[in-house]
Formats: sequence, C-alpha cells, structure tokens
Amino acid sequence: MTTPCLSVKNLNVIYDVGGKKLHAAKDVSLEIAAGETLGLVGESGSGKSTAGLAILRLIEPASGQVRLGDTDVTAANRTELRAMRKRMQMVFQDPYSSLNPSMTIEQLLSEPLIIHADIPKPERQNRVGRMLESVGLHAGYSARYPHEFSGGQRQRIAIARAMMLHPELIVLDEPVSALDVSTQSQIMNLLRKIQEDSGTAFLLVAHDLSVVRLMSPRVAVMYLGEIVETGPSARVYDAPRHPYTAALISAVPFPDPKRHRESERIILGGDLPSPLNPPSGCRFRTRCPFVMDVCAQEAPPRIELDGGGHAACHLHTSGPKLQGDSLLGFMASRKLTTVD
Amino acid sequence: MAVGQESLLEIRDLTVQYPSAHGWLTVVDNVSVSVGRNDIVCIVGESGSGKSVTTQAAVGLVQSKGGRIKSGSVKFDGQELVGMGNKQLNRIRGNDIGFIFQEPMSSLNPAYTVGEQIAEVVRRHRGASRADAWKRAVEMLDRVHIASAASRAHDYPHQFSGGMRQRVMIAMSIACDPKLLIADEPTTALDVTIQARILELLKEVQKDSGMSVLFITHDLGVVAEIARSVVVMYGAQVVEAAPVDELFASPRHPYTAGLLGAMPQVALAKGVDPISIPGTVAQAHAWPSGCRFNPRCTYRQDGPCTTNPVPLAADDHGLVRCALSASLRSTLSEMVVA
Repeated sequence: MTTPCLSVKNLNVIYDVGGKKLHAAKDVSLEIAAGETLGLVGESGSGKSTAGLAILRLIEPASGQVRLGDTDVTAANRTELRAMRKRMQMVFQDPYSSLNPSMTIEQLLSEPLIIHADIPKPERQNRVGRMLESVGLHAGYSARYPHEFSGGQRQRIAIARAMMLHPELIVLDEPVSALDVSTQSQIMNLLRKIQEDSGTAFLLVAHDLSVVRLMSPRVAVMYLGEIVETGPSARVYDAPRHPYTAALISAVPFPDPKRHRESERIILGGDLPSPLNPPSGCRFRTRCPFVMDVCAQEAPPRIELDGGGHAACHLHTSGPKLQGDSLLGFMASRKLTTVD
Repeated sequence: MAVGQESLLEIRDLTVQYPSAHGWLTVVDNVSVSVGRNDIVCIVGESGSGKSVTTQAAVGLVQSKGGRIKSGSVKFDGQELVGMGNKQLNRIRGNDIGFIFQEPMSSLNPAYTVGEQIAEVVRRHRGASRADAWKRAVEMLDRVHIASAASRAHDYPHQFSGGMRQRVMIAMSIACDPKLLIADEPTTALDVTIQARILELLKEVQKDSGMSVLFITHDLGVVAEIARSVVVMYGAQVVEAAPVDELFASPRHPYTAGLLGAMPQVALAKGVDPISIPGTVAQAHAWPSGCRFNPRCTYRQDGPCTTNPVPLAADDHGLVRCALSASLRSTLSEMVVA
C-alpha cells in the first residue's frame, strides 16, 4: 500500500479544566489517502474539531502520532512545524472571523506566499488573480476588503487562501454550516472541483451527515471523544453498525412531509454526559436504547467490518451478537424505530 | 394557507421599514400570513428574507428597534395589534402569545433560577400567588419532560444543557396557556439529536393544548416535519404559500424548488449533485427590478421577469409569485424527490 497522505495513530488530547483532566479526543486513529476526503462527523462535544486542530498541531496532542506523508508531524520542532504548515492548511467555519478585516484580499492571499515562498511581487499578484478565478471570484476583486463580500464569497476567499501553497491536506472545519442553504451547495461543489483539480486531501469535520456523505467516500463518526464507527459512507448511512450512528442519521429531518408521518425515528434520551466524568465502559451507554449490563463494565470491542471500517459496540459480541451485521434488522425485530 | 374568519392570527399586507444609510429600507413588503386555530404554519426563508421581522412587527417589536410599520394590519383573535399601545400589547405578549427564540441562553436571566423565571411569568400575567406560581413552574418543567422537575426548578440556567434550556424556554412560553406560540429558529443552535427531541416536544404540546404555532426556520427538513402550511419568503416578499404536502410535492416557485434541490438529503436521494442557486441573496437597498429572484433564476426571461413587479397570484395549491409559474410546473416538480 502506498503511504497515505495523513496517518493518525492513537491521538489523545487532554485539556486541563480547573485541575481536572478532560479527555477531549481519545485514541483517535484514521488515515486519508492522497486526494481523498474523509468525513469526521459528530455533534457538539464529540471532539471532532479538537481532533482536527490536534492533527495540525494547532493544539498540542497529549500523545499519539500524526504523519503527513513520510513526515512525523508530532515529532517536529517549531521550525520544522512552521515549514510543514505550507503542506497542511485549515478552513474554518466562520468566514466572518477567519479573515483579517483590515487586509485586502490580495494581502490575505499573498501572505502565505510571502511567508513560505520566495516569489517576486508581480508573480504573487498573478497567482492571487488566478486563484481567485479558480474559486469563482473575479481577479479584479483583489483590492477589496472582506466586509465587501457575502458569507459564501468570504468562504471562497478562505478556501483560496488555504489553497495558495497547494497543500497536501486541508482540514475543513464545518466549512458550510454558517452559510445559507442556497450557498452551501455552491461551496460544496467548489470544494469537490478544487480537489479534482489539485489532488489535495480533505479532512472534513462536520455535524451535518448529508454534507459529509455528499463530500466524502469514507466517514468516521465520533461520540464524546471517541470514534465509534468508520467505513465507506454508503455503507455507514444505509446500514449503520453503531446505535449512535443510527440515531444520528434518523435525527436529520428529511424534506418530505409524508415520510415524516409514515416513519418513526430514534429519539435519544438524556444529554451528552460531562466529558470530565465520562460513563464507564461504553461512553454512549447512558443514551443507548439497547444498553446491556456489559456496556457499563467493559469498553466495547472494535469489530472489523466486511467492506471496510469498524464499529465499537457490544451488540456485535454480546446480547444479540450481531457479528458485524447492520443494526437495522435487529432494531426492526425489537420493534424499535427504524432509521428510514 | 388557511384563510378565513377562523384565523387566529391574520397578518394582512404588512410593510415594515428600517432606517439605513440608504433611507428607509423596506424589509417586509406587503406580507400576508394567516394562522388558523390549532394550526402550525412555517415561514421559511434565508437570512435577510424578512421572515423574523414579519413576526416581530406583528407583535409590535420593531418600533423599539427604530423600525416602523408603514402599512398593513395584524388581527390577533379579533383584535387589531397595529397601533395598539405597549401596555395593552404587553398583556397579550407572554400571555396569549408565547415566544421561543434561537438562543435560549440569551433569553434566560442567568441570575435567577429557572423556577423563579417561569413563576414570574405566571405571577405577572395571571396574578397568581407565589406558591401557586411556583407550583405551576414545576408542573411546566415536568410537562416538557425535565426529570426531577421539583428539584431542577431550583437550578440556574447555566446548570442546564442547550437542549434543556430550550425546554425551559418552552415551559416558560406555554406556562400561561397561550393561544399562539411564535417559535423563531428554536432548534437552529441545537445538535440534530437534540433538535429531534425538541420538535417532538413542540408537536406533542401543540396537539395536547390546541394552541397554534407560527414557526420560523431556514430548514426545509424541519418544515416538512412540523408544518401544516408553509409560507416561503425571499427578498422581503412572500414568493409562495401552500399546504405542506402540496409545497413539497410540487413547488411552484423556482426559489422553493431550488432550495429543495440544494439540500444535500434531496441530492443524495436522487443520486445527483446538489443544485447550486447562483449568486447571493438580494439586499434590501438594491432589489432588482421585476421579480426579486430573477438575477439568480435559471428560468429567467427578459421582459416578464425583469420589467414589472410580479404579483402574488392564486393557483390551485395556494399562492405563487412567478411570472412563468404556469409553464414551469412540470419542470419544477421534477426537481423534488421522486
């Protein structure tokens, strides 16, 4: 197998909260091939953004290894890390706060070139113009300031800036969730086009499962700091193996009123437990509709699944012993709500 | 849209303006919305469509922010609200009309327990004694499924999660048995699993109490789940209004169809790329001439779409503001889920 673009092994992030340890990302492992998109999906408090930031070492992981191609990101010192920045970039959720309001678009886009590449000014201007056009903006906009643009246009600018040095990897943290629906799809289509043209790999951090499914062939689902299920998107969405994944999919309101009246959904009880004091055993057990005794006692085993990916859930080895089968049949047999 | 004498809330030809560097801007333009009794109506639109201002203006909440109602009428339960004094309006707001907003934390006072805040509403509007009001507060918290309501009533807002705070807000807004609940993006800030529970709760409370709900959202998925009828707004105007099934089965305005086609879920179900609506949302100081959606519309025809304002016209579903509506029918239907 060729070296993946990004390889993360047992990444742990621990925050110090008033003397207490908050394990925000626990043993996160994932891989992204060159030019591929991996979706990292979860709700608030799942640790998905923390994981994204720690991969770029924008926050320091407590332990674990991150490799970008052949380079060990976690072992790099400050100078090495700075040099590595041009290979891995980030696009944030809020295009209103991620662009310096006092810089023109040209300054914003040429800054990475000034810092990382020794390129004369006329050539920099050229590249800025070309990049603006490739994200669907006029090259002539380069003298303008961020406030002159709409949210969608600003996100295009943020993407352009991240692309200026042709990075191998971009971490996209909720890149469309602050945008109106009509502009969301513009940005999603733009990101896919840019990836096709450039071969840049994306780690797409998002809470919206449909966005993730549209954008990524593979997905990892996080809950309370841990990855609970991974796999090819189509498999994960159509035949989830972890109850949390099933609940998350069923909670997304589908724009068809008849479907809502005719189908039931899984409504999760309770609230996200405090990450300062996570439940013993399986972290999802306090909200799981299928909880068993074993779930409080032991951390769930990681079941490798046919067709790729894995799920961490006792249902596959205890109780109904699903052995890696889809949850949907089991749920129907229990007369529990299905996810369609 | 349930039009008729039975309506609980009847917004008629409402026009609202705000001052700006460009003079008075019309942010709500001749909008009519009707909410029947025991009804759930959704106003759907993107940022800047005027959906929130319409409802704020209807209950007299724009004047304090510098806005003005240029024209129009708002009848609630037979009473005209436009021009009514604040004292009288205050008696109606919070009592006959309850509110919940997007961000529950900013609607709750951090210095008081949630029990005190709900009891305060009951005392103020119902003149209940302290003891009775507290009893009602606990009853309401229990009503919105907050476990151990009697003890949680003594907790402060920060001791609740986002979803629980929104439950507290619902408890407060229904404590006086309102006839109408105005819910402005109440689930937008919440995670989807929490949103699902809040929507279930709202439907349950509505069904049990028979109150009407005017629900404002940008999410057509939420609309499909909760609404009986829908009003779609774009550029300060109503562009389409129809019962929920008709709207989703066969949208009549290119904007509605585009919004549906832009939803990732719809694109996935159809196995196609999501539709992009080109350009950006129209701004109040620069409405295009003719149809306000015309610069972004795939089907635009010079002349009918670009010269004169397009009127809101009745068709067999409801109302639609599109010069090409008749000829686009089948094209637009094909854009929604088969």
